[in-house]
Amino acid sequence: MTTHPPHSDARHFHERAHAAIHDPKIRQNFRRAMDGLMSKRKAAFDGWDLEALRTLGAHIRLRALAHLPELLEQLERRLTENGIQVHWAVDGDEACRIVRDICVARGAKRVIKGKSMVSEEMELNHYLAQEGIEALESDLGEYIVQLADETPSHIIMPAIHKNTGEISELMHEKTGTERSHDVEYLTAAARQQLREKFMNADVGLSGVNFAVAETGTLCLVENEGNGRMTTTVPPCHIAVTGIEKVVPSLADVSALLALLTRSATGQHITTYFNLISGPRKPGELDGPEEVHLVLVDNGRSAIYQDDELADTLRCIRCGACMNHCPVYTRVGGHTYGTTYPGPIGKILMPHLIGLDEGRHLPTASSLCGACGEVCPVRIPIPDLLVRLRRESVDGDRLHPARVPGHGAKRGATEALIWKGWSWLHARPGLYRLGTAVAARLRRLQPNRAGAWTDYRTAPKLAAKTLHQRMKERAQ
Amino acid sequence: MSSRDIILQRLRQRTGGPRTVPECDFSVLQRPDWSTAERIDRFRRAIESVHGEVHLCRETDWVDRLAGLLRARGARNLLLGRNHPVSEAVRASTHPDLPPLRVYDRPIEQWQPELFNDVDAGLTSTRGGIAETGSLILWPTPDEPRLLSLVPPIHVAVLYASELYPTLYDAMHAQAWAAGMPTNALLISGPSKTADIEQTLAYGVHGPKELIVLVVE
Ligand code: SF4
Repeated sequence: MTTHPPHSDARHFHERAHAAIHDPKIRQNFRRAMDGLMSKRKAAFDGWDLEALRTLGAHIRLRALAHLPELLEQLERRLTENGIQVHWAVDGDEACRIVRDICVARGAKRVIKGKSMVSEEMELNHYLAQEGIEALESDLGEYIVQLADETPSHIIMPAIHKNTGEISELMHEKTGTERSHDVEYLTAAARQQLREKFMNADVGLSGVNFAVAETGTLCLVENEGNGRMTTTVPPCHIAVTGIEKVVPSLADVSALLALLTRSATGQHITTYFNLISGPRKPGELDGPEEVHLVLVDNGRSAIYQDDELADTLRCIRCGACMNHCPVYTRVGGHTYGTTYPGPIGKILMPHLIGLDEGRHLPTASSLCGACGEVCPVRIPIPDLLVRLRRESVDGDRLHPARVPGHGAKRGATEALIWKGWSWLHARPGLYRLGTAVAARLRRLQPNRAGAWTDYRTAPKLAAKTLHQRMKERAQ
Repeated sequence: MSSRDIILQRLRQRTGGPRTVPECDFSVLQRPDWSTAERIDRFRRAIESVHGEVHLCRETDWVDRLAGLLRARGARNLLLGRNHPVSEAVRASTHPDLPPLRVYDRPIEQWQPELFNDVDAGLTSTRGGIAETGSLILWPTPDEPRLLSLVPPIHVAVLYASELYPTLYDAMHAQAWAAGMPTNALLISGPSKTADIEQTLAYGVHGPKELIVLVVE
């Protein structure tokens, strides 16, 4: 099976958003799903001191990030002692090459995959296909998305943009499954198709939710059991993860797990919580004989340089911010044209693709603040969006702009207008004269102001300036 | 320089200077010290809410209960671990309702298609459970391998009520997990499920369709 490169195409956000807003099917599929996820999350935290729990989550992640290099070294040491081979990749390409080399060394041709957003970030499937290695997704949602030759539209629910009818049609066309609107039937068909693949796979590839430094343990959270299959049945298991996923201790994991599953899908816990600390030991009857961990940087160490931006790395990929985002809910995940959609995508992707390519991401937000309010690790997403907006126009005198492609939206006219603005504001006499004249001429003010008034009414200048009114009040 | 050193060096020489380390207050995770009866009750409610089954038994009758449950489902066979008190108890039984017994005693490579296609039910012990979330703790061993609880469509687990902990945090501490983890440890909290098709729940997607817990009081 071939897969198109998940074309990162953030430039055309507006065109796609316009189309999505007028597509009742997309609106309905997302609205229904997101409403469900929001109410389930709320119910799952019932009886908890949610704010204290979020503070704990935030502090655990902050503490882990504060010691990131030491923790990575400790993790490497422990994993190596446990018999897991550790690899480091500066970027996605290097990570792809590492995976390929492991496959080639084993003569592996078939890779079965558990869910991994980092592998999407690496565009691994596409890379392996070019190298003649088949990579097959086994998470049901990812399987559907792969059959459709698409990319996930949600980080937890990859096929959320499709309804049952579309999935049935797709499975019929691609796998010969009989058409049915019975979800149980479709699920059973996929189970059968994938069981064969598990048995014949040479390598299982998965992501990692948390990597524990004290014990050298890789934690995977899932409901389907495909993650367990992927990490147990094939003779070789390769896990890929971002370098920020490491935490000091198992106790930390118990708190983050409580936050993750409840925030993501409103579950108290997922069906499986799988902790892997080594390959098959002598005497054991199953499990992979080889386990590898690929630690992927891909822009993360650059984000880490800046105190404010580094908060982006706290993320535990629960997806709650997208479930609660009024923009995401209306336009859906594909509109963003990026690996990670929604609020987390808007603060993360500019670092990976640059603020020129990702110019529309920080502004695809009403700054309503819902994402920041639900984030289980208290990432101040709205503040980060504002920071990125400033960086796009190089409008920050306090922080040096450091995101790749910063200043891409800085225009000569706009810069000139702001310059004039600040010049005027530094001269009280002229300023007063200017506002008084403007108030007189308010009738001449146009009703339309370009795209700005497409969805809004134009503001009207007041008949009297603030200075005049204050003076009248004082009299 | 290796990629490893490049990454570590970039992290070490961060321009923002050292980061502050906040206190982590874990008391928010604490649950009341529920009585055993209360723990069983919570465990049962949590498992049942995700389509699992809980049966209260005694040391003397859980094998009979198991036999009846398997018969009601028409299971053609039951897969056991090698040397474990739980599997030995079943082997010692002569209950007529027990299906033919099989033992997971060979490396998976030698009988994979059989395990995947012909086994109806698997029986495992547990290392305790978690009342709050309705979770079973499993540490697979050479005697009870990993796939015993994953591949057969029915998974039956034996849980001793005295080993029910209030929370995961409590279980980890009481059992000193940090002192050394096995190659694979698991929390299992229900049968395998998915909601990937239009948010509609379906059970038994890759793992067992049914989870039956025999709680021995
Ligand atoms: S930013 Fe926060 S809410 Fe969004 S996915 Fe990450 S952890 Fe979840």
